[in-house]
Amino acid sequence: MKRFVLGLFCALLIAGPVAAVLPEEQLADPVLEARARAISQELRCVVCQNQSIDDSDAPLAADLRAIVRERLSAGDTDAEVMAYIVDRYGNFVLLKPPLDLETILLWSAPLLVLIPGGLGLALYLRRRSRAGGADPAPLSAEERRALADILKTGDAP
Amino acid sequence: MRRLAFIVPIVLFLMVAAALGLGLRRDPSILPSMLIDRPIPTFDLPGLTPEDTVGLASSDFTGKPVLLNVFASWCVACVIEHPMLLRLQSQGVTIHGLDWKDEPADGAAWLAQRGNPYTLIGSDPRGRTGIDFGVTGAPETFVIDGHGRVRYRHVGPITPEVWTETLQPMLARLDNET
Repeated sequence: MKRFVLGLFCALLIAGPVAAVLPEEQLADPVLEARARAISQELRCVVCQNQSIDDSDAPLAADLRAIVRERLSAGDTDAEVMAYIVDRYGNFVLLKPPLDLETILLWSAPLLVLIPGGLGLALYLRRRSRAGGADPAPLSAEERRALADILKTGDAP
Repeated sequence: MRRLAFIVPIVLFLMVAAALGLGLRRDPSILPSMLIDRPIPTFDLPGLTPEDTVGLASSDFTGKPVLLNVFASWCVACVIEHPMLLRLQSQGVTIHGLDWKDEPADGAAWLAQRGNPYTLIGSDPRGRTGIDFGVTGAPETFVIDGHGRVRYRHVGPITPEVWTETLQPMLARLDNET
């Protein structure tokens, strides 16, 4: 049983991500096929939305993969193929959405968080170092005596 | 200053929470149609059986506003929607059908069993016309005006509410336009 579980675990380790592209879908020309794969990985499957059409088993994803390959075989550039799909399904199918009015908030969100956060942190650190940087008050006579005691006996009074 | 440092994060948090809360109420599977107010894609599809001499073509969408309903024999929700389509047909609404990603014979048998609410039907076994329309699944219904432009897209079955609240007023308005 232990061995079986261990074997299963090892099998999981060697199993890489598997694309849904079937052999009969692939183009004979390896260069075109590589371009098709790259484009498919950038396009979202509209049925199961968090997968690319390269990963998805949905029938509609298979159709879109076929269209990508058809357009490439017809001589379209990568951008033209993307535009063909975006024309039908919108920017939503792009897993990397372009920067436009609708996505400006999405793209600027890291800056919007980092800049005020960084400023706040800088302000805080400066204030703290200023407070801590001033010379501490000198020891009182009693404190000095206590310190001498500790140093002599190695023991707190 | 002290108090501001306290209030600002709370206000920010509430704003983000409100935005995310609104986002939860939206159905992410419904994508906006790219075709709204644009002409329908060009197509010319055959009918379901070899005896059907007329199919459905983009040139059929001129004159008066109609509905284009995307259906298929494999589509479960279409079975639910079907009685509603028959009712609309009996009220005089023109509905054209697109049998999407379906064997035409299966689509014909499906309609023979349940009744045919469609005026014209196009068979799209490879699904390309549906993809040109940006269809993501069946059933889907497009409102197409008398100039052959898409004015609205409904994803999912037409329920009585969708009909009375959205589609019917829209068709009435488009009827007045033409």
